[in-house]
Amino acid sequence: MSDGGKYDAIVIGVSAGGLKALRFLIPELPVGFQIPIVIVQHISAHSDGSWIHLLSKEGNRIIKEADEKEEIKKEVIYVAPPNYHLMIERDKTFALDIDEKVNYARPSIDVLFESAAEAYRDRLIGIILTGSGADGAKGLKRIKDRGGLTIAQDPAEAESASMPTAAIAATQVDHILSLRDIVDLLVEIENTHQ
Amino acid sequence: MALIDLTGPDIELLLTTLYRQYGYDFRQYSEAHVRRRIMNRFILSGLNSMTDMQARVQNDNKFAALLLQDLSITVTEMFRDPEFYRSLREKVIPILKTYSFIKVWHAGCSTGEEAYSMAILLKEAGLYDRTTIYATDFNQQALDHAREGIFSNELIKDYTINYQRSGGPESFSSYYTSQYNMVIIDQSLKKNIVWANHNLVTDSVFAEVHLILCRNVLIYFNKDLQNRVQTLFLDSLINGGMLCLGTKESLRFGEFEDRYLEIDRKQKVFKKKY
Repeated sequence: MSDGGKYDAIVIGVSAGGLKALRFLIPELPVGFQIPIVIVQHISAHSDGSWIHLLSKEGNRIIKEADEKEEIKKEVIYVAPPNYHLMIERDKTFALDIDEKVNYARPSIDVLFESAAEAYRDRLIGIILTGSGADGAKGLKRIKDRGGLTIAQDPAEAESASMPTAAIAATQVDHILSLRDIVDLLVEIENTHQ
Repeated sequence: MALIDLTGPDIELLLTTLYRQYGYDFRQYSEAHVRRRIMNRFILSGLNSMTDMQARVQNDNKFAALLLQDLSITVTEMFRDPEFYRSLREKVIPILKTYSFIKVWHAGCSTGEEAYSMAILLKEAGLYDRTTIYATDFNQQALDHAREGIFSNELIKDYTINYQRSGGPESFSSYYTSQYNMVIIDQSLKKNIVWANHNLVTDSVFAEVHLILCRNVLIYFNKDLQNRVQTLFLDSLINGGMLCLGTKESLRFGEFEDRYLEIDRKQKVFKKKY
């Protein structure tokens, strides 16, 4: 449900070098940042989730694994659990599945982004950060096609350039930015519209 | 290719046709899941519009069969989530040992990898000879595959690691024979498994059992269907019987939560109250 702001959710896809990028980005967002954020980070199927606790502590906010049928709430950051694809339903709840890997990954960024694009249409911000491979490129294109805002981390800055590079090649992204500038843009959007 | 808009009514119409014409009911599945599968088939088949797709489903049995396979879930592994199988060994097997005969229902067994994993576990505990495992699925193709017990060699390496992580005491290779690039599951593991076609959406209770395994199936269902299936499980379990769900599944809805005790919170093992 829209409540007047311009964007209802942010989805982030990140792979190799991701933890470092997220450890910079999340604490830089002001506490109380409203727009919910949903992250797919490529992780081992056997990850114990300790990276989530680390981020939560450093970021001083609620960061949790998404549960199936869970309603997406403001101010919360959700991450895809290991070995499941994460999707967003049109009623803005989460769905999980164990379908085949996509782009050698489960969770896959494309799977989250494509479902989020259908659920939020033009009220979504999609961001591709550092990572190897090309997961997320198709998903970011879908977000663009549905009228959402698309951002790629500047490949020159990214620890692993191939994911943002693939996204930029697949879509005319709205912004190519450093992590610092991504934070500033998100804060500006929140302050202007929300 | 232009991006199509797959609306809620488009999906509903397609699923209704599949149900009326072919008897498989996906109308209460997660829409995000169904949408992704339909979109994939749409793109693979080079169709132009949802009207075309609707017509193909109506008039082309082979196409409909493909879509039905797309919509059903066939991804599984032996000893998927080793920590869960460790919990079975340590917390569930000791309870099963107290019964003179044991009935296990593996609901949504797909191609059988997890049913065979259960058979291995029971064999190692010395319980297999007094056990019947009902392994059920609505997907006949998957069941046929499961009954054969032939799996790709490539996967065995991962399965072996899973087995070892689950606390498996034997050499995993003692449970299969390699042939070319395939492995054949040991015959002795098959003898007490009953493979049967059962549809959680439309079929009812068929046995009283001591243990139900249904992992990563309910996540595909909407709340109403989840409730239906939970009722089915509750009615199928003996008092004191155990229910195992997937790592990300729960009994969070009050009416069921009250009927079970938690045996392992993290691994989602529950025991039906007396």
